[in-house]
Amino acid sequence: MTWSDTLLRILKDNDIRLIAYVPDNVLTPLIAGVSADNYFLPVNATREDEAIGTATGAYMAGLRGAVMMQTSGFALIANALASLVLPYQIPTVMVISERGTMGEFNIGQALVARTMRPVLDTLGIVHHTLSDEANMQFIVDSSIKQAYATQAPVAFILSPLLTGGNPAAKAKLKI
Amino acid sequence: MNDERNAVKTLNRSALTELLVRRLRHDEAVIGGIGNSNFDLFAAGHRPQNFYMLGSMGLACPIALGVALAQPERGVIALEGDGSILMGLGCLATIANLKPRNLTLIIWDNGIYQITGKQRAATAGASDIVAIARGAGINHSAWVRDEQHFEKLLDRRFDDGGPVLLAVKVDDQPGKGQTPRDPTLIRSRFMKGLGTGRSAGLEI
Repeated sequence: MTWSDTLLRILKDNDIRLIAYVPDNVLTPLIAGVSADNYFLPVNATREDEAIGTATGAYMAGLRGAVMMQTSGFALIANALASLVLPYQIPTVMVISERGTMGEFNIGQALVARTMRPVLDTLGIVHHTLSDEANMQFIVDSSIKQAYATQAPVAFILSPLLTGGNPAAKAKLKI
Repeated sequence: MNDERNAVKTLNRSALTELLVRRLRHDEAVIGGIGNSNFDLFAAGHRPQNFYMLGSMGLACPIALGVALAQPERGVIALEGDGSILMGLGCLATIANLKPRNLTLIIWDNGIYQITGKQRAATAGASDIVAIARGAGINHSAWVRDEQHFEKLLDRRFDDGGPVLLAVKVDDQPGKGQTPRDPTLIRSRFMKGLGTGRSAGLEI
């Protein structure tokens, strides 16, 4: 099993069907897996805050969802988290592919990445960095269950240690 | 397209919201966007299937999309302002491609950011919400010509025929009510209204 197969299986085990996402290179196997499996309901959103809104509506109407984005996309959703997800106590499962570290070629990604964990910490949002497939099952499954039990969001950050990072980076890092 | 927009009568959001709420017969979910859209929805008489958005400007239509996807047999209506939809136009493309047949978007267009001091919006100038929606791919998009036209457009099943977008030119009057600022209560009551609450036994 690859890390992406494992992650999708854990989402399934927790009845998470709606996957709202904005594409990213690292997320490609997840998006492909979601699109190939009728169990999932993919929502190809145009912005990350839009994806958060759709997952929120679905949750309130009885359908569990997850939101997938990259690091820079997370930087767009502080207001949606602070004015919708947190005050309305919406258990929002976020999957964030980590850019800006361990071989980033884009200075904008490297800079915006610095805001991600401080924003999560400032808002008091539980987050786990996934770097090893061996403990993914325990971390992700238990944290999703905690999110729904406590009506709180949770963020899973996909480290390049897990995913191999952006496959397009290697060629662009040559100087 | 602007000819169609220029031919419409300017209506009153509060009055039309009351008219809409009176017409709902099948426990349709109504998502009221930030500010006057949800204030008028609340003032029209609270219903268990109402959701009042107190922040997250621009997300009323994405929230309504999520409700519509989760409960495809229920009609879902989003009430959103022109300034708000301008903030998140991309959701129109998402909705056009997913084609939820049970989703109706009503855009109140007063051409201003009424609640922050009546500053002019792009919709007061060259930007036409119906043209934008059609361009995004929501084919059933129309300007509401007058009260009678609005009533006629509402005389349909909300659980079918969508996605539909109705844009209404409205005056600069503020909302009539003030929604209680208690997000967890709003969420809890809304979920109970949709049959998804988990607080059984705690609420009378």
